[in-house]
Amino acid sequence: MNNIAGSLSQAFSLILHLDQELLSIILLSLRVSGSALVVSIAIGLPLAAFMAFGKFPLKGIFVNILNTFMGLPPVVVGLLVYLFLSRSGPFGFLALLYTPSAMIIAQTILALPIVASLTHSAIVSVDPIIRQAAKTLGATPLQISLTVIREARYGIMSGIMAAFGRVMAEVGAILIVGGNIAGYTRVMTTTIALETDKGNFELALALGLILLAISLAINVALNVFRKKGTAEA
Amino acid sequence: MNLRLRISQIRKSHNGDRVLDDCSFFFEQGGVYVLTGPNGSGKSTLLRICALLERPDSGEIAYFLGQERLEDNIFLRRRVTLVLPQVGIFNTSVFNNISYGLRVRGAGRSEIEQKTAEMLAFSGLTQKRGQNAPSLSSGEKQRMGIARGLVIEPEMLFLDEPTASIDETNTRLIEEMILEKKKQGITMIITTHDRAQAERLADKLLMIRDKKLVSVPA
Ligand SMILES: Nc1ncnc2c1ncn2[C@@H]1O[C@H](COP(=O)(O)OP(=O)(O)OP(=O)(O)O)[C@@H](O)[C@H]1O
Ligand SMILES: [Mg+2]
Repeated sequence: MNNIAGSLSQAFSLILHLDQELLSIILLSLRVSGSALVVSIAIGLPLAAFMAFGKFPLKGIFVNILNTFMGLPPVVVGLLVYLFLSRSGPFGFLALLYTPSAMIIAQTILALPIVASLTHSAIVSVDPIIRQAAKTLGATPLQISLTVIREARYGIMSGIMAAFGRVMAEVGAILIVGGNIAGYTRVMTTTIALETDKGNFELALALGLILLAISLAINVALNVFRKKGTAEA
Repeated sequence: MNLRLRISQIRKSHNGDRVLDDCSFFFEQGGVYVLTGPNGSGKSTLLRICALLERPDSGEIAYFLGQERLEDNIFLRRRVTLVLPQVGIFNTSVFNNISYGLRVRGAGRSEIEQKTAEMLAFSGLTQKRGQNAPSLSSGEKQRMGIARGLVIEPEMLFLDEPTASIDETNTRLIEEMILEKKKQGITMIITTHDRAQAERLADKLLMIRDKKLVSVPA
């Protein structure tokens, strides 16, 4: 009990003093997950729009595959990315293993299906009357699609936030491909996992508290977007 | 020169059920046409077909400017508009809703500001300019829908039950909007279940009876 209280107070002191190591770990976490999110949005939004508006065979199956990929186990993704990037793997020559880039790749694979799938469902659940109204007002097919996407914006933002929450909290994939190298590939979750193991509770607790705060902020944002998307309609 | 619409032998089925059978008419005089008929008789279907939102199974929709027949393309579609009974409100401000048709046509900033402000005043919604449109009352929504259609200065305006489930005050406001625009020479085709309203507005009364479009003698 004493131990917990002591660790907690030291954790708070780390946070309050903006400990350099703590800060760099947090920033790397945000940079890795943020980059993965940006790449996922850049690929996921057009992909979702194509699946929502495009006409092609076996569309239903593709949507189902995407939905299934939303629940990929991080350790499996980590393992696969590891195999591809390891020295003997097909992309070994890029020498990306145990770098932040490898972590971004792994998290992109986790975030992309979430962004694409939730964006897709936000777009297809827009009331069809929106499309008709846009058409009666003289919109071209492209303008109609953009209007529908605009109507889905809060649902899309929710999807993006959900993906961000997932990758920020994820540990399995980045630990395998990043290796938790101090000052280079250490992020919040991997540090918590390994420092706890070593008995360094202060740093782990400090990071845990900050991770909780970030999760909370993400959830608040999620709720705001959900409300805006539904209550006003 | 008036835009004129000729429909010939329109047939349309929904899920195998014939809704419209051999409907023909020439909307050539301008003014207000009022279309009545029981629920499910195909009024909305006919309006959607006339406004080029849907295609008939067979038959012809032909728009004329003078003697020239206009091709069915985006430019023709932009000369007419249909205000849907549920309007189809965009989740954004009243101003952005009303200016939509101008924006998709690539209008400039000052034109958008001026014409939208004009329509806000015309529909009595100037005070609601910045309000989020989905939060308007149903009467205000309907007025906004009409303003949103009128802002693009259509040559033919289709209004599908503009006053269904709307109180007397708003009905009167909407009828005033319709009559004012009629003075400016826009051809309007309106559906309603309100007989008295049909009498008040119509230059010509039409009806769908037994899947056919018939004109009702005055
Ligand atoms: N998209 C659709 N899919 C299937 N059936 C449809 C569709 N639109 C209309 N119908 C059917 O076509 C028939 C005519 O419908 P329509 O909405 O044109 O009638 P209406 O005269 O406008 O009726 P109301 O007065 O109730 O508005 C109805 O039986 C309706 O169920
Ligand atoms: Mg109808």
